[in-house]
Amino acid sequence: MLFVNTLIALLLLAGCLFLVGGAVGILRMPDFYTRLHAASLLDTTALICLLGAAILYVLTQHPDLNGVITSLKIILIAVFVFITSPTATHAIVDAGMRAGGKPWTRKNEEKQI
Amino acid sequence: MFINTLFNAAAICIAMAMAAGLYRAARGPSSLDHIIGVNAIGSKTTPLLIIIGVMYQRVDMLVDIALAYAMLNFIAVLAASRYFQKRRGLHEDAAPPSHNPDKG
Repeated sequence: MLFVNTLIALLLLAGCLFLVGGAVGILRMPDFYTRLHAASLLDTTALICLLGAAILYVLTQHPDLNGVITSLKIILIAVFVFITSPTATHAIVDAGMRAGGKPWTRKNEEKQI
Repeated sequence: MFINTLFNAAAICIAMAMAAGLYRAARGPSSLDHIIGVNAIGSKTTPLLIIIGVMYQRVDMLVDIALAYAMLNFIAVLAASRYFQKRRGLHEDAAPPSHNPDKG
């Protein structure tokens, strides 16, 4: 029980760390593409960590059929996010490229979309 | 209990990260930055809903709401990005075509 609680605490801490990294990336990155990079990747990783903690918590609190079904649903959400989050990111980047936005370099720092 | 306190702290951390996304959605420089902010808020809402379920001991109910919210957020972001791509693409075709040579 103590081992599982330690694992849940570590997963929650890792998720919060990734969330703070994503927030700093959204606030401070110079360009549209770099902001989207920080937001999408760190959000997906933080979501996986937090959902893993929730799965362990549900399995320890309800070790019966209802708990197993609920944790399977949480795993289904994780798989769904793994499929849809890169698709949404690719769609936004595609819209930016077709709008003619150049990626940020140190040379053309003023020319942003 | 100690684990419940940690879940509450994680929920507060998610809310603060959503405030960063809200800042980017409110005053992003370009219109695609608004979509980035909305996408960040929506993708953080899914673990926030599950943690709320853990708080109130009703995970079995809020898991379905989280799944529906994830699907709705995906469809909304996809539709918004397609819409802006179409608008900007139509606007760009009137310009001289030497702007972006490797466009598909």
